[in-house]
Amino acid sequence: MNSIKNFLSSRLGIILAGSIIGIIAVLLQYYGNPANMGICMACFVRDITGATGFHRAAVVQYLRPEIPALILGAFLSSVVFGEFKSRSGSSPILRFVLGACAMIGALVFLGCPWRAFLRLAGGDLNALYGIAGLVVGVFVGTLFIRNGYSLGATQKASKASGLVMPLIALFLLALRFIYPPIEGADKSGLLFYSLKGPGASFAPLAYSVCAGILIGFICQRSRFCTMGAVRDLLMFRQVHLLSALLSFLVVAFVANNLLGLFHMGFDGQPVAHTASLWNFLGMVGSGLAFALAGGCPGRQLVLSAEGDSDAGVFVLGMFAGAAISHNMMFASSPAGVGAYGVAATVCVIAIGLVIGLTNIRKI
Amino acid sequence: MTDEINARGLSCPQPVLLATKKIKEGKVSEFSIVVDCGVSDENVERAAKHNGWNVKDKELKDDGAVKITLAKS
Repeated sequence: MNSIKNFLSSRLGIILAGSIIGIIAVLLQYYGNPANMGICMACFVRDITGATGFHRAAVVQYLRPEIPALILGAFLSSVVFGEFKSRSGSSPILRFVLGACAMIGALVFLGCPWRAFLRLAGGDLNALYGIAGLVVGVFVGTLFIRNGYSLGATQKASKASGLVMPLIALFLLALRFIYPPIEGADKSGLLFYSLKGPGASFAPLAYSVCAGILIGFICQRSRFCTMGAVRDLLMFRQVHLLSALLSFLVVAFVANNLLGLFHMGFDGQPVAHTASLWNFLGMVGSGLAFALAGGCPGRQLVLSAEGDSDAGVFVLGMFAGAAISHNMMFASSPAGVGAYGVAATVCVIAIGLVIGLTNIRKI
Repeated sequence: MTDEINARGLSCPQPVLLATKKIKEGKVSEFSIVVDCGVSDENVERAAKHNGWNVKDKELKDDGAVKITLAKS
């Protein structure tokens, strides 16, 4: 067991981890997930929010099994390797707000950092603006961290506290099994489904579940984090996590080409828009929120599975952010930025800066 | 007695930041840092090696935390 543990967090191991995640993501696209969206923490959480009726944007309603499966995969891995530890108490409500802000920013760009790289790997050059925004947002976050920014230490919590997120994941996955999609129907039992748009594109259930569990396991072992990749390079000149992110990008690029899924350009890219400034600024806000919360959305999902209730609160914030984004017309669409997307982006960046400034303490 | 930094409950990158700060200060050639999650353990070790330091000792504390003693190599 220990040799697996050491291997996936070694340099070679994490490069392999990034590569496997890249292959899985592209295969999910090939087998039915939306284009350049094999796996996306922002889009998929948003789709689950729609499937459970917290927003009613008709084109993005599907209970994506990848997200709960990822949580369960990471949970099982943390239990097997003795790393499940219930902990909480590090500024939970600020983490909720950061989760919501991260999601609002990501839905202006149309993707989490994982998808930003998947979009680039599929030839969507608009992603370059998003990635640049991510780097700038994380850089601003590191300025706060260097100056003593901290959300405080966690404390040990009861087992029940740490089990909440894995149980929510189990509940969501059970819903998807109990109420499968019905041909031509926009509702199955208590779940909403999309009849068109990205919500209507999905890989077979078994593929999605297996992919999610495997990615959860790999991420828990390897500590894969897209925000950490940028942060560690900027703060410590360390390329450990970055090597995983780059292998993820390269392998996804190669796989897209092999499967004929690569289409380079700015216009007409799937589930994307060409408003470059807002692609950039949306991810500045999102990147800042991830840096201040200490992990990209994938990493937050994994931490929430390991018993970190603060990461769990961040994830719940993401759900709230997704609902707010669609209910209040912050979210972008292929037609462009949402009616209130510009104002929302400015607010998200401002909120990040305020949280950064007000949590600088002597450590 | 070597200096000891308590990084219990702190999430990354803070334990790494505390360790590298201590290394960069250059006042001591050996110190300890106590972390309570496997990720911080790995990250502190990686950062120490990156800065040319070594892990001299790892000790499991009663509360499940790990005390890592780092020394200049």
